[in-house]
Amino acid sequence: MAGSTLEIKDLHVEIEGEEILKGVNLTINGGEFHAVMGPNGTGKSTLASAIMGHPKYEITKGEVKLDGEDVLEMEVDERAQAGLFLAMQYPSEISGVTNSDFLRSSINARREEGDEIPLMKFIKEMDATMDDLEIDKNMAQRYLNEGFSGGEKKRNEILQLMMLKPAIAVLDEIDSGLDIDALKVVANGINKMRSDEFGCLIITHYQRLLDYITPDHVHVMMQGRVVKSGGPELAQRLEAEGYDWIKDELGIDDETVGQKA
Amino acid sequence: MAVETQLPYDKQYVTEYSEKRNEPSWFKDIRLQALEQSEDLPMPKLEKTRVRNWNFTNFKHDVAGEQIQSIDELPEKIRVLLGEDVENLIIVRNNDVAYAKLSEDLSNQGVIFEDLFTAMNEHSDLVKKYFMQQGVSVDENKLTARHAALLNSGIFLYLPKNVVVQEPIQVVFWQEDPEAALYNHVLLVADQHSEVTYVENYVSDNDEEETVANIVSEIFALDGAKVSYGAVDNFAKGTTTYVNRRGTVERDATLEWALGQMNDGNTISENITNLMGDNSLSHAKAVSVGRGNQKQDFTANIRHYGKASEGYILQHGVMKDSAASIFNGIGKVEHGATKANAEQESRVLMLSDGARGDANPILLIDEDDVTAGHAASVGRVDPIQLFYLMSRGISQKEAERLVIHGFLDPVVREIPIETVQKQLREVIEGKVY
Ligand SMILES: Nc1ncnc2c1ncn2[C@@H]1O[C@H](COP(=O)(O)OP(=O)(O)OP(=O)(O)O)[C@@H](O)[C@H]1O
Ligand SMILES: [Mg+2]
Repeated sequence: MAGSTLEIKDLHVEIEGEEILKGVNLTINGGEFHAVMGPNGTGKSTLASAIMGHPKYEITKGEVKLDGEDVLEMEVDERAQAGLFLAMQYPSEISGVTNSDFLRSSINARREEGDEIPLMKFIKEMDATMDDLEIDKNMAQRYLNEGFSGGEKKRNEILQLMMLKPAIAVLDEIDSGLDIDALKVVANGINKMRSDEFGCLIITHYQRLLDYITPDHVHVMMQGRVVKSGGPELAQRLEAEGYDWIKDELGIDDETVGQKA
Repeated sequence: MAVETQLPYDKQYVTEYSEKRNEPSWFKDIRLQALEQSEDLPMPKLEKTRVRNWNFTNFKHDVAGEQIQSIDELPEKIRVLLGEDVENLIIVRNNDVAYAKLSEDLSNQGVIFEDLFTAMNEHSDLVKKYFMQQGVSVDENKLTARHAALLNSGIFLYLPKNVVVQEPIQVVFWQEDPEAALYNHVLLVADQHSEVTYVENYVSDNDEEETVANIVSEIFALDGAKVSYGAVDNFAKGTTTYVNRRGTVERDATLEWALGQMNDGNTISENITNLMGDNSLSHAKAVSVGRGNQKQDFTANIRHYGKASEGYILQHGVMKDSAASIFNGIGKVEHGATKANAEQESRVLMLSDGARGDANPILLIDEDDVTAGHAASVGRVDPIQLFYLMSRGISQKEAERLVIHGFLDPVVREIPIETVQKQLREVIEGKVY
């Protein structure tokens, strides 16, 4: 079976009455890696959060479909069960819930009752994945993200990604706060996921992540839309020249979402 | 409905009760004096909780409990409370000790673990010295006086100097008769440099029938002693509870409280620790769940007298339905308690619009050279936390369950006996969902 397809069509999103996304179109197929770049405040995290169903974001227009199913009609947990995953820019800290209990609950949530993952199998898998990501074993028994350093939180998001094996993942600035060694480790983890069964949307500001994870498509967001798309060479040009040439090309003065195009 | 405020028990009743229990005359005198005082003393002073309509007078005072030979005779719901292979155990059934066991090793070392009525005859010096003398006074309020007058259950635990007990010591108070009142006193004296872990469970089933629990615990940790005190209070809806737990902590001694306050009825719970000695230390940790329309008033109070004494209060409460609770946290540093550290944290999680929760942090400091701090919050389950958990496929209900358990866990995991901890988790589970 080929992988899943996530289709985003003319997506408009408001937060507290202000329109942030103004018609985003994107299609991600299993087997493809897409990078989304763009200056601060242009709607990248809003797109990621809206796909997953963040309670603060209101969809006013457009559609999001996963293999033809209406994602916007689904509860957050149903979206995850359908195969979506979001690595968050700022993961929540949850006191009193161990990382390992949380992961096991997450895995079991997508299995039938009575078919829970055997504890030993779970521990083995988690140990192996933690090794891959060079995560300290103590982190399994620590409370979820509580007191984790910025880099530890990011690795922990990728640990969840690798354990949960979603069909389509959105990774929001998974590279921010990572030192260069950690960046390689995390990129290796993501590359391990590469298969026809897995599609990925990687939000990043930096070419350096894309040096390790080569995207098939690169998109640039400004003013709450995708304003330019291309191949890996687009990211390289952005790294070398910045965003001004795109703004010039499109006649954009202020790229943030507050501005009318 | 008019609520009776006078006790239906008079001097003659108390005299006869004391004689029936074969108490020494000094103890009978304490009772009779307390009975007299109880008439004029005021109810406990509560800032924000009104107890005028609570039942304090309707109960059966003298209810026998059948002895058992082996814990296998206990019903399942009581047996699950027992720690695995607990060597040192007393089961109180209604107002009688039904079962008592103390390991030979501990009794050879001079540990005393028995019912208070036996102790007041066999170890009268110790009981006389500590019973409502230095900890809780008889005349603190109407309920402490009634406690002394009507005492119908009690435990005495004494650790001689330097005796270190590894295995936990457990008492289960099982109110089998739904109308039986429990006027229970726990007297725990840990002599110098002794160490002990004590855990108690209170259980009843009276959803319909009304009764009263009036409990006073006095804990003495003498110089260098270490006491770890765990409790799970789980009286049913019909029981109105007054529980007053008081610690006295001497030089270099430690007292660790871990209280699971899980009653379903109206409750006044007061936990005061007096850090008398230099370098004394106490953690007062408590969790509570309120549901239905119960009203509860919790006070955690640590008073610093000793230099470099350290007191840490941590209270976490979950409120649902139309339950209302007040959480008072009081850190008091007396003049002369230099280098003392008084910290407290009170957090309340609200699960419904009708629930009420109030956290009142109070610091009273009469000394310059101290450190102190407090944190208090009353809030709801954070929707962003739920989003995070649900984004991994966890249902909303399960996500809420995780957040609530997580919220209470810092206290729950401090409960000393593993099985009691597990039981407490199950009680929480049953109450929250
Ligand atoms: N809770 C909020 N209330 C009001 N405005 C918000 C809120 N959250 C986001 N915004 C606004 O929406 C716009 C887009 O934010 P978003 O987080 O999507 O940007 P981004 O492209 O991810 O930026 P960055 O690169 O800095 O992460 C910003 O102008 C931001 O201020
Ligand atoms: Mg962002």
